[in-house]
Amino acid sequence: MKRATLDTQTSGTNGDLPPTVPFWRDPDKRGMVFQIVVLLLALSIGYVLFTNTQANLKRQSIATGFGFLQREAGFEIGDPAIAYTAADTYSRALLVGALNTLKVSFVGILLTLLLGVIVGISRLSRNWLVSRLSGGFIEVMQNIPILLQLFFWYALFYEAFPAPRQALNPLPGVFLCNRGLIFGVLADHPVHSHMLIALLVGVFGWWLLARWGHKVQDNTGRILPIHRMGIGLCLLLPLLLWLFAGAPTALNIPVLKGFNFSGGVTVSPEFSALLLGLVLYTSAFVAEIVRAGIQAVDRGQVEAAMAIGLRPGQVLRLVILPQALRVIIPPLTSQMLNLTKNSSLAIAIGYSDFVSVANTTINQTGQAIEGVALIMAIYLCFSLSTSVFMNWYNKKMTLVER
Amino acid sequence: MRFSRLMALVAAVSLLCSGMAFAGKDLDAVQKKGFIQAGVNGGVFGFGMPDKNGVWRGLDVDTAHAIAAAIFGDANKVKFTPLTAQQRFTALQSGEIDVLTRNATRTLTRETQLGLNFVAVNYYDGQGFLVPKKLGLKSAKELDGATVCVLPGTTTEQNAADYFRTNNMKWKPVVIENTTELAKTFFAGRCDVLTSDASQLAGTRAVAPNPKDYVILPEIISKEPLAPAVRHGDDQFRDVVDFSVLAMINAEELGITSKNVDEMLKSKDPVIQRFLGVIPGNGAALGLDEAWAYNIVKQVGNYGEVFERNVGVNTTLGLERGLNALWTHGGLMYSPPFK
Repeated sequence: MKRATLDTQTSGTNGDLPPTVPFWRDPDKRGMVFQIVVLLLALSIGYVLFTNTQANLKRQSIATGFGFLQREAGFEIGDPAIAYTAADTYSRALLVGALNTLKVSFVGILLTLLLGVIVGISRLSRNWLVSRLSGGFIEVMQNIPILLQLFFWYALFYEAFPAPRQALNPLPGVFLCNRGLIFGVLADHPVHSHMLIALLVGVFGWWLLARWGHKVQDNTGRILPIHRMGIGLCLLLPLLLWLFAGAPTALNIPVLKGFNFSGGVTVSPEFSALLLGLVLYTSAFVAEIVRAGIQAVDRGQVEAAMAIGLRPGQVLRLVILPQALRVIIPPLTSQMLNLTKNSSLAIAIGYSDFVSVANTTINQTGQAIEGVALIMAIYLCFSLSTSVFMNWYNKKMTLVER
Repeated sequence: MRFSRLMALVAAVSLLCSGMAFAGKDLDAVQKKGFIQAGVNGGVFGFGMPDKNGVWRGLDVDTAHAIAAAIFGDANKVKFTPLTAQQRFTALQSGEIDVLTRNATRTLTRETQLGLNFVAVNYYDGQGFLVPKKLGLKSAKELDGATVCVLPGTTTEQNAADYFRTNNMKWKPVVIENTTELAKTFFAGRCDVLTSDASQLAGTRAVAPNPKDYVILPEIISKEPLAPAVRHGDDQFRDVVDFSVLAMINAEELGITSKNVDEMLKSKDPVIQRFLGVIPGNGAALGLDEAWAYNIVKQVGNYGEVFERNVGVNTTLGLERGLNALWTHGGLMYSPPFK
């Protein structure tokens, strides 16, 4: 057994003279040596950089360590996702920044996927106008640098909309001005969190229904209106709970007070501009990926699907997309990562994302190395979790297809 | 072949690293380089901003010219790096620039934790608020609930947080890194207030579409001693930068201007003779040419000239000397003896 493996290893290079090959001619051993050399080199470069940095920091007497995280931050954040004041610590400020990045990336990715798939599919539409329009969209959005787009959208928000006192009021309780989109919401009530749970239960029920429906279809061929039932479930459960709680209808309506509106929910121009810029820019790339993925599916597949009497929508959903996804998912993952990373351009238009908060922290404490390490760690964390999820999804899609 | 390339790489890397570890004294490095790399503000009128022809102008720019005149005898041996408030200290720490002349406030933590040394103050400032006239505000105390435009990573940002906290007022910051972009946002009405050092507010108002529509509120909520800074680790270089600033102030005290400096060389006053290097000693003590102070005054001017040229009452900014007058005129500008 051992003998056999040795043979197969060496047979590639030098026939049947295994023991006499000097080790520098053996590609396996040579490869190993090179790998060790590279590893040692990398380690020693790392060591030199580390000690050199330490020495330089000491020479210039720059403070080091993460102790600063527990000190009071002393600066405000404009658009915090969780409660935050200037009296909180740097670690809380950084958490707010991380959540802001997460918020804009998450919403951004969802919208990008939606828009990208729609544009990508319409690029292939047989309707001349639809196909040209989406072609034009892709060309324009791909070729204008994202930073420029962000400046444009932000300027549009603060230049085009009036001051709060002259705010547009398209619907009762909804105001649009250069402070953002401000709208009324239901006043806080404990039942709201329960309704959220009910919604999640509804989604889970939908999933169970879908599984059951597939089984029924496999066994009997009958197609049940599963999705209509699922949507009903998702709406009905929270609604019942709300009625049960006495149907609270108290509203938190924004009112103009002093400089600005108080109450209600505000979507700031900074967030909107960043989201819009990221979504439009990235979705152009996603659209191209989707188009390429669909075109990669053999034409015969479409013909075969049509031949067995599927409608065009079904052809797309049941035959083309599952196969196209194999081609689409890997580049799609990298576009998602791009969007997350590009969100750090937020600093140019005043949205307090992680990089912006971390930069301010670095500036106030002077701890650039720790700050940059934190930025790297956070983005690495975001990127890795995105790609782990996408790899899992990719694997799942390939399995389903077999 | 491949291996030798690898060896070359190792050699190159180790060379690079040793170079980093034993970087020479800052002054030696600057002299060897032949010019001084100065970090300045890219967009504050009167302090650091390129004019229509791309020539850097401003009080901080002239301070850098003075340092070059002292070291090289030529005020033009400066290269300018425009830096944002967030980049400035890291640029200095990492050696990207030799000296920071960019309206930075000297504070305790910056001096101790950032590994920087601030030198003599070249402008005494304080933080104020700029608001549109049409809001009809009389005092900063009426700013409860306001949206405030502010540069991120500045003492201004912290002062504003402190001020609103002590006065029990709510506010919302809009932080944009680029000074010009921030001003544009303010003029478009995204914020009710722009807060910054009073001198910068004057500079911003000067470039407003309609300067008369804006007013600076009376409250000055902080002390902002703006001073050039160098890295820790080279005391000699620090002294050179420090005394280059002080030389401009001293020249004004002694009544020496760029116009009369050649006359003054013939002065019988030993204080002036020592200052201008007619009696040698000061230059050698700093490790510079004896004519260093003469070069500063001749090529850049004394502090009063530099002030009037960049920010004074006859410029667009129209700032009074105020705190920045000589101590003999009720201000804070005071130079130690040059002996």
